Amino acid sequence: MSAPAKPRCLTLRILRSAPGTHVEPEWQDFAIEEGEGMTLFIALNEIRQNLDPSLQFDFVCRAGICGSCGMLIDGRPGLACRTLTKDLGATITLAPLPVFELIGDLSVNTGKWMRGTAERLETWIHRQQQPELTALEAPMEPELAEAIYELDRCIECGCCVAGCGTLRMREDFVGAVGLNKITRFRLDPRDERSDEDFYELIGDDNGVFGCMSLLGCHDVCPKGLPLQTQIAFLRRKMAVVGFK
Amino acid sequence: MRIVYTDVLVVGGGLAGLRAAVGARRRGHEVIILSLVPPKRSHSAAAQGGMQASLGNTARGAGDNEDVHFEDTVRGSDWGCDQEVARLFAHTAPQAVRELAAWGVPWNRVKAGEREVVMDGRRVTLRERPEAHGLIAARDFGGTKKWRTCFVSDGTGHAMLYAVSDQAVAESIPVHERCEAIALIHDAGRCHGAIVRNLVSGELSAYIARATCIATGGFGRIYRVTSNAVINEGIGAAIALETGVAELGNMEAVQFHPTTIVPAGILVTEGCRGDGGLLRDAAGHRFMPDYESEKKELASRDVVSRRMEQHIRAGHGVKGRFGEHLWLDITLLGKAHIDGRLREVKEICQHFLGIDPARDLIPVRPAQHYSMGGIRTDASGQSTRLAGLFACGEAACWDLHGFNRLGGNSVAETVVAGMIVGETMADFVESSAGDLQVSTALVREFLEREQARIDTLLYGDGSENATALMARMQSIMTDKVGIFRRGDLLEAAVEELQQLLVRSRSIGIATRRPGANPELVTAYRVQKMLKLALCVAYGALQRTESRGAHYREDHPRRNDADWLKRTLARWPDAGDTLPTLAYEPLDVTRMELPPGWRGYGAKDAIDHPATEARAAEIAAIRSAFGHADRYTLQQALMPFEHLVPEPYRGRNERLGDTP
Repeated sequence: MSAPAKPRCLTLRILRSAPGTHVEPEWQDFAIEEGEGMTLFIALNEIRQNLDPSLQFDFVCRAGICGSCGMLIDGRPGLACRTLTKDLGATITLAPLPVFELIGDLSVNTGKWMRGTAERLETWIHRQQQPELTALEAPMEPELAEAIYELDRCIECGCCVAGCGTLRMREDFVGAVGLNKITRFRLDPRDERSDEDFYELIGDDNGVFGCMSLLGCHDVCPKGLPLQTQIAFLRRKMAVVGFK
Repeated sequence: MRIVYTDVLVVGGGLAGLRAAVGARRRGHEVIILSLVPPKRSHSAAAQGGMQASLGNTARGAGDNEDVHFEDTVRGSDWGCDQEVARLFAHTAPQAVRELAAWGVPWNRVKAGEREVVMDGRRVTLRERPEAHGLIAARDFGGTKKWRTCFVSDGTGHAMLYAVSDQAVAESIPVHERCEAIALIHDAGRCHGAIVRNLVSGELSAYIARATCIATGGFGRIYRVTSNAVINEGIGAAIALETGVAELGNMEAVQFHPTTIVPAGILVTEGCRGDGGLLRDAAGHRFMPDYESEKKELASRDVVSRRMEQHIRAGHGVKGRFGEHLWLDITLLGKAHIDGRLREVKEICQHFLGIDPARDLIPVRPAQHYSMGGIRTDASGQSTRLAGLFACGEAACWDLHGFNRLGGNSVAETVVAGMIVGETMADFVESSAGDLQVSTALVREFLEREQARIDTLLYGDGSENATALMARMQSIMTDKVGIFRRGDLLEAAVEELQQLLVRSRSIGIATRRPGANPELVTAYRVQKMLKLALCVAYGALQRTESRGAHYREDHPRRNDADWLKRTLARWPDAGDTLPTLAYEPLDVTRMELPPGWRGYGAKDAIDHPATEARAAEIAAIRSAFGHADRYTLQQALMPFEHLVPEPYRGRNERLGDTP
């Protein structure tokens, strides 16, 4: 075995900002020594512990599950917690996700945006009858349950929203996250809504017909959701309703 | 003075808090949820493997029912749990899973016919019944007699959290995100709400509520090595403790999960072993059968974690850059299984270890995972000492888990407890006990006190470093209050934690801005977390026996004669450096399942003097009710139906029930 190489010195170039104050946003460089298996979660915490305790960022699960830590990593939306520094150059630029309300530094208000989406698209099962809880559950084909889960894996991290070209032009566009949710509920037989109902929600330029098919969403989704095929599929289904 | 009024205030937007909120809202009450983060980011999302409910749909689950689930849970708890609560839970869990199905959770479903699974290292063919086709499936988990863990791939918590969170949106329940309750408002044994800090603006407000529910999850972050999310700092339990009135139960009962990846501490689900994965040592040897001939890798978590550490101590660990570890081997499950049912595990292995678990072994070691202890409540979820205060989920100790929780029982507990506590709070709000009787003078007093505390941190002349205190506390807990505990180590831990607590009273911070300020947050939280750490360490020092996850090398036997009791911790005076402990005996003469051997682990307990008589009594009841149905017999052994809220009282239907 060769002697271990000297650890790299990394520069994290971070876009600092404090909305509501008179301080102008600026890039600030932090130098740290790279560690074995270092993620951006570890690196940012090290900066906060040792260099600048005021640095704002959001992590929760630090395991790529909760979707809190979306940010622009060298200009590309991604989850910081599971990004290894060894996969990046010696200078790493970090900036907050665009589109979302900025809280400060790398922290943005994805929660408010996603709640708005949930309210607007009514992302819950719509059914008339309350379930009888002690009765045997209604059966479902195993393959269908798995197909629903495939679309249910979205973690609302906001990467698709940040990577969306349409959203730059139409600020009320529902984004891939919204369209994916519609395909998820549309697929679910427990939801009694019809295609006409879904058309009311997304049958316009702020919905499925607004998508310019640039498909940045598909490229940056950390969960690898099939956004490209789902949006195309949904557009065909909604077009059918539109022609009626 | 900004005051917000509501009927019900729920602190915490994870599964337990959301479900309790939905329950109270559906009864017509105004509810506000406070959450540190957007609710769908809560740590409930990280529950991977599944939730236990005795549906009995699968071939290996057939014959399952509430009785079996109840007994597994009590054995798992090492007889530390409240058996009436365990009954209430086992009864309600099937309804919870079915409610979630109706709310859209894409539970994995039974496919009729033959399928191949891995059991005990071998490929076995199971045949699923045609009449079960399409019903909710279940996988195997540790410490259970039946395959009972309902699952959605290994993203169960995520799917559940999204379904319940969307129900809260459907009910128009406001969630005040990035808001933290930092103190409870209370007087004369009555809780009136909380003082809340907005983490973005820094502003303090008073939330006045008729019923206040703490659902803030566990406190794993008092440990250095933990599977918990960074938000799991136990502040909800801490503010209850700081009332000086409410009690915390069994804080020394801390679970260590056998399989977290080294060094990141990220969990890989028990479902890995439930689905047939094995534990191996440095030589590639499967060692668990050497220690646990019956349950092997699927003994309870406390037992497996201890055996792993024991095996490492015996020199069989794999030596690595980050200390020693063992291997989790799921290669035998095959790529298709891993791609379908263990995909989060696969992603975690790819991103954090750079390995493919279908081909490579996963480096694992036990880490802190779950807090069995929490705010002591009765079986309805109300604090035993502070009226108007409720708690549910991991933050609570209604005492479902005793000294060890079974895998799959906590995510089930979140929704079950939420269903029950939602009803309890609605009842409370509708009763005269729920009337608001709070003066603005009292509210002002609490607001001013909390503002003064924050101002002292921001502008005072303290010089202690909050981050350093936090790091030291976490190291002490991991090094001295871990899986193997010993009197001298615990004494040293308690002593140093007390010193840290005193030092935390003179923290100074560099970032002197009142708004968003992570340094300030660390400062006021570490003051609270040190109190929790002391409850854990001091409780562990006093408990001179071994029970479940609490293992004393100097007192290795479970001692029912002296320790069949629950630890209760209070913090009567803010100036104290130790909790005041009291003990609440568990009544053997009323137990449905008197203490005995768990079916795994050590077999050397010291008996309680009343155990034999109770066992004889139960045998007599069983023979007297020889021909009665199981419900009638159970009723004779230990009635619990009076604890079940009215909407959940019916009998759970199962496949093959005879009408």
